[in-house]
Amino acid sequence: MGDCMIDEIVEAIRRAETQLSEDTVKALKDAYERETNDMAKTQLKAIIENFTVAHTESLPMCQDTGLQTFFIEVGYDFPMMKDLRGAIVEAVRRATKEVPLRPNAVHPFLHKNSGDNTGRYVPYLHWELKEGDDATIHVIPKGGGSENMSGLYMLPPGVGIKGIKKTVIEHIFRSGGKPCPPTIIGVGIGGGADLALTLAKKAAILRPIGSRHEESFVAELEDELYEMANKLGIGPMGMGGDTTVLDVHVDYAHRHPATLPLGIVTQCWANRRRKVHIDSSGKVEVF
Amino acid sequence: MEYHEKTPIVDARKYKVGDVIYITGNVILARDEAHKKLLEEGAPLELKGSVIYHCGPVVTKKNGEWKVIAAGPTTSIRMEIFEDEFIARFHPAIIVGKGGMGERTLKALKEHGAVYAAYTGGCGALAAERIKGVKEVHFLDELGIPEAVWVFNVEEFGPLVVAMDSHGNSIYDDVDEKAKKNLNNVLKEID
Repeated sequence: MGDCMIDEIVEAIRRAETQLSEDTVKALKDAYERETNDMAKTQLKAIIENFTVAHTESLPMCQDTGLQTFFIEVGYDFPMMKDLRGAIVEAVRRATKEVPLRPNAVHPFLHKNSGDNTGRYVPYLHWELKEGDDATIHVIPKGGGSENMSGLYMLPPGVGIKGIKKTVIEHIFRSGGKPCPPTIIGVGIGGGADLALTLAKKAAILRPIGSRHEESFVAELEDELYEMANKLGIGPMGMGGDTTVLDVHVDYAHRHPATLPLGIVTQCWANRRRKVHIDSSGKVEVF
Repeated sequence: MEYHEKTPIVDARKYKVGDVIYITGNVILARDEAHKKLLEEGAPLELKGSVIYHCGPVVTKKNGEWKVIAAGPTTSIRMEIFEDEFIARFHPAIIVGKGGMGERTLKALKEHGAVYAAYTGGCGALAAERIKGVKEVHFLDELGIPEAVWVFNVEEFGPLVVAMDSHGNSIYDDVDEKAKKNLNNVLKEID
């Protein structure tokens, strides 16, 4: 049972690294069609050629194969709970050799690279409990260049939604070409500092491009931020153009009366994600 | 203009911002530690007219032969502290990376007739497809795979977009200036 689970998680990592998510493929191709700036068109064309080669040759689409990150939704009655962590860590070790992945786990004090993408708290596993007896593992290797363009702003609550909009747009402006645009921006509002960033990361990566929040006032904010970000003219790779972001996704939590945390997470165009579903009988499927 | 060039490059002054270059021949990889090393110890290979690539590749060895898995560009601005001296001393023709470089490099490009060209960030697989083999590698034991000085044999390696030329032009300065104006308009719109 454990072996089959490990095999499928390795496969999910391989697909995440070598096959760009379908919604992102479509968004990038649409951006190429729409683009009016020649320089930007050259960049988008190279990106499209690149993920096409990666897919057909089964090569990682970027040499930064990311920090191996997993968001896991697990049912209260899932019977293989105790095997899950070990299976994911082992899958990361194997994927490092088999895909292959760049070793991206460095000891911050000793500067030593572990060589297999594992180490203290890494791969990073984020757990959420839910009803049911199955588990879903979101496989989301995250690049370092775009992660560097994350931000946490503890705003005075008085600035309101207007202040949030300004901060997000200024953040995208300051990021410029550094996070490999066109990017997907995740915005988390409220909760505490950590929750705002977690909501932002989930919004950026787990939600399909083009999807909108179920509450209309959040959906409207997403539309507005998307339009405004693309008016900046930073463009693909910061060399100018119409497409700076592929989308902006927002989520929120209730906040403490004295705080207005705003978390921003930037995802590069290499929006790598796959899902592994495991049912209570141990049947494993990769999406 | 679109150029299809063979290395070594004789005249880089003809390239202007916005031109697209494809390289056939050799591309020499150098990032942070390699710049430092070459400046300290001198170059073990000819760099005049060369194409220098800011890249930390994924390379594996199979049956005694190197295989390049992915080799997209790394962020060039980290090399800003070395590049002007590097250009003055070794006279490369084209510096390739992502994200652009600063004023010191722009000045050195002008003085020595070289250009900075951007390779699309993240395009590791496309790059690997155009890399036909590893010609040689220097400082591998000391610096490790991502930092070593690799010489890749390439065919139609690109598109490399000239982003800073030898006439003082930088696309990054232009975009930044326009984006600042756009930002102010958007902020006004929010108020």
